[in-house]
Amino acid sequence: MKPFDYVRPATVAEAVAAAAQPGASYLAAGTNLLDLMKGGVSRPDRLVDLTHLEGLDAIDRLADGGLRIGALVSNADLAHDAAFAKSYPAVAEALLSGASAQLRNAATVGGNLLQRTRCAYFYDTASRCNKREAGSGCDARGGENRTQAVLGWSANCIATHPSDFCVPLVALDAIVEIEGKNGRREIALDELHRLPGDTPERDSALEPGDLIVAVRLPPAARGFAAHARYLKVRERTSYAFAVVSAAAALRIENGKIYEARLALGGVAAKPWRARAAEDVLRGVAPTADAFQEVAWRALTDAKPSGDNAFKIELARRIVVRALTLAAAGTPARMPALPASPFASTSGAIHA
Amino acid sequence: MPELNLTSAPAHLRHGSNIGQPLTRRDGILKVKGQATYAADNHPPGMLFAVMAVSSIARGRVTSLDVTAAKRHPGVVDVMTPDHKPRLAIDPEIKTNPFVFRMEVLQSNEVRYANQPIAVVIAETLEAATEGAVLLAPRYETLPALVGLDAGESFVPPVVGVGNPTENHRGDVEAGLASAEKQIDAIYETPPQYHNAMEPHAIVAAWDGDSLSIDMPTQGLMLSLGRIAELFGIAPDKIHIRSPFLGGGFGSKGLMAGPQVLGVMAAKLIGKPVKLVLRREQMYGPVGHRAPTRQRLRIGTDGEGRLTALDHHARTVSSTFDDFYEPAADASHTLYAAPAIRTSHDAVRVNTGTPLFMRAPGEATGSIALESAIDEMAWACGIDPLALRLKNYAEVEPITGKPFSSKALRACYEQGAARFGWSKRSLQPRQMRDDSGLLVGWGMGTATFPALMFQAEARAAIRRDGSGAMEIGAHDMGQGAWTALAQIAADAVGLDIDRVEFKAGTSDLPDAGIAGGSAHTATAGAAIHSAGAAVVAKLADLATRDERSPLFGAGNAGVIARDGRLIRRDDESRGESYAEILARAGVAEVEARGTGAPNPAAMEEYAMHAHGAVFAEVKVDPELGQIRVTRMVGAFAAGRIVNPHLVKSQLFGGMIWGMSFALHEEAITDRRSGRIMNANLGEYHIPVNADVPPLDVITVEEHDTHVNALGIKGVGEIGITGSAGAVANAVWHATGVRVRRFPIKIEELLT
Repeated sequence: MKPFDYVRPATVAEAVAAAAQPGASYLAAGTNLLDLMKGGVSRPDRLVDLTHLEGLDAIDRLADGGLRIGALVSNADLAHDAAFAKSYPAVAEALLSGASAQLRNAATVGGNLLQRTRCAYFYDTASRCNKREAGSGCDARGGENRTQAVLGWSANCIATHPSDFCVPLVALDAIVEIEGKNGRREIALDELHRLPGDTPERDSALEPGDLIVAVRLPPAARGFAAHARYLKVRERTSYAFAVVSAAAALRIENGKIYEARLALGGVAAKPWRARAAEDVLRGVAPTADAFQEVAWRALTDAKPSGDNAFKIELARRIVVRALTLAAAGTPARMPALPASPFASTSGAIHA
Repeated sequence: MPELNLTSAPAHLRHGSNIGQPLTRRDGILKVKGQATYAADNHPPGMLFAVMAVSSIARGRVTSLDVTAAKRHPGVVDVMTPDHKPRLAIDPEIKTNPFVFRMEVLQSNEVRYANQPIAVVIAETLEAATEGAVLLAPRYETLPALVGLDAGESFVPPVVGVGNPTENHRGDVEAGLASAEKQIDAIYETPPQYHNAMEPHAIVAAWDGDSLSIDMPTQGLMLSLGRIAELFGIAPDKIHIRSPFLGGGFGSKGLMAGPQVLGVMAAKLIGKPVKLVLRREQMYGPVGHRAPTRQRLRIGTDGEGRLTALDHHARTVSSTFDDFYEPAADASHTLYAAPAIRTSHDAVRVNTGTPLFMRAPGEATGSIALESAIDEMAWACGIDPLALRLKNYAEVEPITGKPFSSKALRACYEQGAARFGWSKRSLQPRQMRDDSGLLVGWGMGTATFPALMFQAEARAAIRRDGSGAMEIGAHDMGQGAWTALAQIAADAVGLDIDRVEFKAGTSDLPDAGIAGGSAHTATAGAAIHSAGAAVVAKLADLATRDERSPLFGAGNAGVIARDGRLIRRDDESRGESYAEILARAGVAEVEARGTGAPNPAAMEEYAMHAHGAVFAEVKVDPELGQIRVTRMVGAFAAGRIVNPHLVKSQLFGGMIWGMSFALHEEAITDRRSGRIMNANLGEYHIPVNADVPPLDVITVEEHDTHVNALGIKGVGEIGITGSAGAVANAVWHATGVRVRRFPIKIEELLT
């Protein structure tokens, strides 16, 4: 392994200062970064270890009805926070559908947002990859690409963002609090991840030194608690990234949908909020026909980036199913197999 | 190596024999406590760490390595390259016997496959060696890689598997097909699969002058010893290999592989002990794998569903530099009573490491295709798949006409089907749903694996304190040899298992043969059994010739060894203990050796196979195509079951692998570069716990008086056969979609 400096800052300000220089990288749980370092994909000169910073591991209910989640809260702690899961069931379900129990125990909220793509060509340092090395080319195009993006990709990059957690978060208009060289700012999660365009090497809107300190859910987000689901289709029952996933959240009043939220995972370089499709549902009854219309609208701009046309049809079906499940109501208990099409299988073994 | 303290849990009560008792593994407590030392746990004083640099191209030549940069890195001690390495005594390209395969040990700059070792960095720490390997920054002259089943001109290899004829036939297949009322002509594809034993290949090697001490997981101590001896030009008795535990082998640790030889070379180069452990991704190349296949099955039946012909052709691949051909079509030799059978193979050469043995080589790949085709035929005939199999039940081995040494397959079908509830299956696909609307499908497959034996020797002793000893260089791959063979040993010397010192796992012990071919328990067990009989005979000789003994005059045939005593067969009140006999004779111990080997006369006369029937239930989401196996029942007849508990675990493991074969496992190779793109446990999918349904294993009673004295057939590999086809057939039954390319993927089911 390449030698690197290891810094353990005492404060957020120290952390930001330590990470602002080129070649520095933040380290939280390291569930992604350490693998990248072992594989030679990331070769930082300096690791700034955040795990000893105070005050970043709290879940706070805000006076305005929103919620603030510290960046160092672990995925498992957040998902198993009963009050959180009750208010934001689709987020908890997404968290529990990700990775494995061991990884969820370690992985953090901030780290989850900033995990890198799982594109095999990004990880294979002998391949050309514009995300890993700007301007080198993209071997995923024309390669083994059945799981790559169908939305928002460019000729330079067809990678997807692998997070489950971010999908319902972006549907619920989550906000990211960032500490940077010039102080604190906040942006919508939807603005955090970038589509590749001509600069796929830039995953996010963060500047050097920028540190995500919290994720905030606005007051309106809890309004969907009664009708919110995450659905994830994958190639084994657990410990697999989504082929395609969707988060659907509805506010239903008097048999009509008052407001709908929909986001897709595994289809683009960012969690894909389908705003135009959401509008289809405003003020209509939750019917199969309406959900079909949403599905078509959500995938209007989709096109295969390789041998992955099936993901477009699969995404449509997942949208319909996720909306159907959401309309049926959030289950009283977290399914044994969270987010799985087999969630309701009787006698299911826990993931 | 620390002294091994194998224990038997005190909870076990035995009534009589050791064989047949479901003892838990005697090494279990060691393993749970982390006290079982695996090869890489050894750290002799002064040990250095070696890390392989491997090729990122699949074909071409290494043109430069920045050795200077690597050596400049703090902690790096040396870099072994084709220009800087110890001389081997023989060219590693020379195949000195059929079990020698070519390996890459820096003999040239040529690159024959991706992940081929091209240099070894030796350093004071693992981290320094790892970074040194990166700093070598190899440059290459790259040639176009040969990838896939259509990579080039196909040819007919001289043999497949280990010396099997490439083609076999009996009867007139074309005539049989021409006369058939129903025909199936279908092509199935299976992907390359790679070994992912929990423990990667590892070695700790230490030279002391011309003596060599090695810690290394191996399924073949003596084969490894012989190979090391010839490569390094030293006498076998100068080499000591310790392999008390393997974290899985599955065929990949049967033969000495290049990386382990590199570890020995590195230790020799540097004059200090060296440890070399493969990284997970380095398993995808130099240590064997299961080759891809494309199999065409042509089957004909008459109006009643009786086979008229079975034609099974398999295309596979080998490396560009050696020969191993997955004998997939041979799976059709033994199961179904077609009057005309033909099996054949052809192959192309590709830029991979040489494909080699991987759990049920040939049987696993062939079985999923054959069992799928039989299922297709049942549907074409409108007959239940089990009924079709029973109609074509082979009373003699179809390809040879030989009778079976034993065959309880009919009982497997009956007991498995009854336990599963098969009779309630709808004939039509896509008819069954569960409460939540998921499609439900039931499928079955027949399991088969030959009952093989190799050659082994064991040494038994009975000591003056009344205890026994049994020594054999056997291999515990996790399958439970420490326990099952000790059970055989205990019965062989007529003692309680705790009174027998059972030694195994090192190369200074008698040769146990290879732990492969599902033959280890049969082979080593036969040697142990005969060594025990021989030592008891010696002890009996002492007693029955001594007029002071109550056994005087009983003769060898007239005494029984039981619970540490010899007793007269005709008068069980007369007997004496082993200790008494030895004390009176004034000897410290008696010892004897025994051998185990196949019986050529019996093999000539009988076909010897284990059999089984596997039933699977899957659920499939009708719109989303995600699949989950929800139930599996396997009934297996494999002769004498030495330890039902361990056998059940072996069969569970095989059935899970069968399910993995049908639904998960696939090495994804970039068709341009020849590199494997998912060489890690995150992306190379094998089932996780949540994928594994409740499994039910039935071991069906089967007595075989021909395979060997103990009637053992072996269970190591059979579980994967039948199971893969059962799951695939269940997916068809659930969905009505016949997928012929494995693993079955979601997109195939998005109808």
